[in-house]
Amino acid sequence: MEKTIQTSDFKRVLVWELPVRICHWITALSVIILTVTGLIIANPPVFMSGAEASESYWFGTVRMIHFITAYIFLVNAIVRIYWAFRGNYYANWRALFPYTKRSWKNVWHVLKVDILLQNEEEEILKNISIGHNYVASISYLVLFLLALVQIFTGFGLYAATSGWWLPQLFAWVPDFLGGDAPTRLIHHAATWLFIVFTLIHVYLVFYHDWLEGRGETSAMISGYKFVRKERLESDEHI
Amino acid sequence: MGTLHKNKRETYFDNIIGHGYSRREFMKFAAFITAYMGLEHSMIGQVAKALETSYRLPIIWEHYQECTCCSESFIRSDHPIVADIILDNISLDYTETLMAASGHQAEAAKHDTMKKYYGEYILCVEGSVPLGADGVYCTIAGRTAIDHLKEAAEGAKAIIAWGSCACNGCVQGAKPNPTDATPIHKIIKNKPIVQMPGCPPIGEAMAALIVHYVTFGKLPELDRAGRPKAFYGKRVHDTCYRRPYFDAGLFAESFDDENAKDGYCLYKVGCKGPTTYNACGSMRWNNGVSFPIQSGHGCIGCSEANFWDHGPFYERLTNVPGFSIENTADKVGKIATGAVVAGLAAHAVAASISKRKEHKKRYTRGRINEEKIDKNE
Repeated sequence: MEKTIQTSDFKRVLVWELPVRICHWITALSVIILTVTGLIIANPPVFMSGAEASESYWFGTVRMIHFITAYIFLVNAIVRIYWAFRGNYYANWRALFPYTKRSWKNVWHVLKVDILLQNEEEEILKNISIGHNYVASISYLVLFLLALVQIFTGFGLYAATSGWWLPQLFAWVPDFLGGDAPTRLIHHAATWLFIVFTLIHVYLVFYHDWLEGRGETSAMISGYKFVRKERLESDEHI
Repeated sequence: MGTLHKNKRETYFDNIIGHGYSRREFMKFAAFITAYMGLEHSMIGQVAKALETSYRLPIIWEHYQECTCCSESFIRSDHPIVADIILDNISLDYTETLMAASGHQAEAAKHDTMKKYYGEYILCVEGSVPLGADGVYCTIAGRTAIDHLKEAAEGAKAIIAWGSCACNGCVQGAKPNPTDATPIHKIIKNKPIVQMPGCPPIGEAMAALIVHYVTFGKLPELDRAGRPKAFYGKRVHDTCYRRPYFDAGLFAESFDDENAKDGYCLYKVGCKGPTTYNACGSMRWNNGVSFPIQSGHGCIGCSEANFWDHGPFYERLTNVPGFSIENTADKVGKIATGAVVAGLAAHAVAASISKRKEHKKRYTRGRINEEKIDKNE
């Protein structure tokens, strides 16, 4: 073993607080359920014939699961927005908007090093984000807007079948978009964007975990990441 | 029409009796139309009284870019008195299709009504108005439709936009809309406008709307799109008698399969019932005999705005604007997903090559640390 070998100290840092983790996994689960049931509703399989309608209610059940999950998704989204004003630095809404010069530098760095796979001459510690990097922030911002689109179009379509005030808040959406048919199209097309987002998101989590070895994947379960001591000493968060 | 040049104003009741109907038939009509208006049966008395005491409502009925299916639907309202009462008792002072007069006579009659009942008459518009090329695509009596509409709307108390043409442009308003066919509410802004979309709208709904106006002296409750809630408050899907098949997941997959013969839900063969607001499922057509879905054909969504541009009638696919006509949301989505998966796989391969050294360095560093810990250094 060479004597000049460099060692680094890692510190265990609580990055994702419990509400953030809970919200994350509820979102993940509800997106999966909503996507699967949504695609079934869009194009139901036909595996029965000769049966009477009174014998079965499976399609109604699939729709019911979709609607219940939609409510969970909505409430969860509201809780997460609340936590964006209440939570720690990494959960804060400010961490989602790249409005500083430094954050744009970080975007550029991530694009160069992680997306285009350029190698840096020497490792600059402060370029490695403790929470999510700003490219990820932008993708979450887009996801958040997509969630809004799905909530508005989904509850807009649902409103006509409900007398409750909450869906009624969205009753204007189909009229605004020119009818149920265009509303449904937007709702349906946005589903594919969720699928695409999920693929990219999961891949990049694995990529960072593999390369950086900071416990990126388990961080969303335990809340902790491993961060170099020197990195923490510099007062720049990112 | 015998009513065209009548000067004496008479009530609906006078007119009905004058046409040889008995009081009993009049009361039956009142009960019938009250039900169609979606009112409680205790309201029958009020409807009957209104018809007995109110004077005929002067109506001018204009036809622009349309196929006259709205008029056809109207005169085929299922109760025999409906056609009679609408045509005889509500003074249809001017309508190209049904009036006896023609040419200058007819135009003169229209102007008479407009002058005599200024601010009182109801203007019914059937058809859209072409604005392209200064409106020459539709001219009547040598004048453009837009000219006629503005003149007739001037003294109207309210406007009823009959049918999809007047409400959203219908067929001629479909892309690319060569004549710039324009619905009425986009032209006339200063009058109350009732939207009665449908290609055509249901005759009974049309009659009930007019009787509602006669009875209460005001328009019925409208939704955000200006449609009477009583007839457009529910989706065809929600009142469809095949709905239990939908909930049970029993679908026809083609029009000649066993499931279609069993009367299963037509959702998968493109029925637009789930996105269409109309009363077809409850009021039905042709004396309540049937409606498209009952006859084995999916709803084409004719009362929804721009239904021609919302994808094929016989599939659940929806076209994505900006892509060619064969592309649907699902096709685009699948291709995008495939491209992303391929891109990620390529990135993974490239990353494992490009970041090989760095990864190895980090890995080695970690191993050395472990060894150090083992040696208690």
